[in-house]
Amino acid sequence: MAILQVRGVSKRFGGLQALNDVNLSVEEGHVHAIIGPNGAGKSTLLNCFVGKLDPDTGTVMFDGKSLLGIKPYEINQIGVSRVFQTPEIFADLTLLENVLIPSFAKRDGGFKVNWWPRVDRERVVRDHAESVLEEIGLYDKRDEVAGSLSRGDKRRLEMAMCLSQDPKLLLLDEPTAGMSRADTNATIDLLKRVGEARGITKIVIEHDMHVVFSLADKISVLAQGTVIAENTPELIKGDPRVQEAYLGGPQE
Amino acid sequence: MKLISQPGPKTDFSMLLLFTIVVLTMPIWLAPIGAGYPDLVQKFAIYGLFATGFNILFGLTGYLSFGHAAFLGVGSYTAVWSFKLLGMNPVPAVLLAIVTSAIFALLIGYISLRRTGIYFSILTLAFAQMCYQLAYSVLTPITNGETGLRVLQSDPRILDGVITSQTEDGGPLITNFFGIDMTKTWETNIFGIDVQLNAGFYFCAFFLILGSYIAMRIFRSPFGMMLRGVKTNQNRMNYTGVNTRPYTLAAFVISGAYAGLAGALLCVTDPLAGAERMFWTASGEVVLMVILGGAGTLMGPMLGAGIIKYFENILSAFNKSTLEGMLGFLPENMLDGTISVLSLFVGEGWHLTLGLLFMVVVIFLPGGLVEGAKSILLKLTGGGSKKSASAQAAE
Repeated sequence: MAILQVRGVSKRFGGLQALNDVNLSVEEGHVHAIIGPNGAGKSTLLNCFVGKLDPDTGTVMFDGKSLLGIKPYEINQIGVSRVFQTPEIFADLTLLENVLIPSFAKRDGGFKVNWWPRVDRERVVRDHAESVLEEIGLYDKRDEVAGSLSRGDKRRLEMAMCLSQDPKLLLLDEPTAGMSRADTNATIDLLKRVGEARGITKIVIEHDMHVVFSLADKISVLAQGTVIAENTPELIKGDPRVQEAYLGGPQE
Repeated sequence: MKLISQPGPKTDFSMLLLFTIVVLTMPIWLAPIGAGYPDLVQKFAIYGLFATGFNILFGLTGYLSFGHAAFLGVGSYTAVWSFKLLGMNPVPAVLLAIVTSAIFALLIGYISLRRTGIYFSILTLAFAQMCYQLAYSVLTPITNGETGLRVLQSDPRILDGVITSQTEDGGPLITNFFGIDMTKTWETNIFGIDVQLNAGFYFCAFFLILGSYIAMRIFRSPFGMMLRGVKTNQNRMNYTGVNTRPYTLAAFVISGAYAGLAGALLCVTDPLAGAERMFWTASGEVVLMVILGGAGTLMGPMLGAGIIKYFENILSAFNKSTLEGMLGFLPENMLDGTISVLSLFVGEGWHLTLGLLFMVVVIFLPGGLVEGAKSILLKLTGGGSKKSASAQAAE
């Protein structure tokens, strides 16, 4: 069953047709990769899923509800979390607090003046946040300030923040950009391990073919705002249109 | 490897207990430095409360309001109207002031919080100046313009005589807490120090302690954590399922209510409200207090308020003869030069000292006095190596 249905989405910025009649269907529990050359419209498309942009035409249905015309926080509350290209974390807060905030947002909704209880007495939420940090391998650093982490750890922390909300759909915008090979492999392992255990549907935008082919169940290729191919990794690899548009000839 | 951990409930409890003792004994331990007299300790308590409330907005959410004096003024006017209509008991005055200033804060905050950063600051400043102008001229029937609003013998004061027996003679009207005059001062001698214990001060001190306790609960609560999240990364908050607008509005209203309470307390011993209380310099002063003491710390704003009010009242009263008295130990030839230099910084020149202190704090102790003291303490106790490692990691 498709958890995310994108139908006829177009978006124009002035003279630039960023997205042109994009159709996409993401199966529940799958890892769906979106690849394409720079400027193909990948990030624009992702922004249409999280309420940052509204497309000019088309529909985006998630789990039977439209994602258009509602605010980012409302989209998150119905189960969509996002990892950004540059990690968006709470740099001045501790790692534990970084994970506690999304956990409280999940429990208390978009707004609650919960001013009386102490955070350290909220055992259930705290235990949950600590277990997520443990799972992701950052538990030992839970009292450190997030801003002092390495880039790879920041990315992992951001993933922990998203995972703590038990999202139905996780959007990852170039999760391994700027990472060393070792960090990249660690991230792949993490996504496989954590994602499969929880059955979270994921959409991954990625340039690194190694990441794409090790994770994806299905790949959509975007070029000049249009999906030119959508298929399993094996078939995408051999597709001549993809090779021409994106890989620029035979694969390295 | 910078570690920060929130103090546990036991540490907080002992901190609050210590704070309560320190506040209640203020007239005693401030007496030797000449600051123990009722008028000044009361100012410490009131402006400490004002700064504590301002810190809930500025210290937690990072929204810098330049118009909080408007709520101070609204609180004062409400209190005086309460004295005029309901009688000289300060309790209804304080409660009504909290309610009206919160409503004002809701309206001004609702509009101003549509913008962030400097635009938010300018909007709040504009609103406060509008309030000032309205109070000064347009709304004269309510505010009594530049003369200021006072309580008159002819005012209804419907509860006077019901709860308390107010004087019938033509004497000055004094606020009265269920039979205790707020201007009442007990003079006594403790450990050889002449001490003045004032009823009005203890009334204000009660609200300072209560206000600090509530601020502490907010700081340690999930609500407070959400506010700090807004300060650190509003974008992430939005993508984390948090509707940031009502959070910032709640913080704005709470800090506005604190300001209104402080404004009402200013009228407790002196039932008089004037428009100048809303002037932009008063809004700026609370910003200075919070930054000086340490924005985002619990005790910093109160410390900042104390220092500024001390300077304003004590240092400004210094003159050449006071300096001569203090520096009498210096040899004759040095005395004149030293005094002529120092006299620039006292009396009328106390702003100069404040300005220098402010610059030193902002440049060398960017977290304010409280954070600065903490990091110095950490260095002294051997945490220095850890600290420098964190600085490297941050780079």
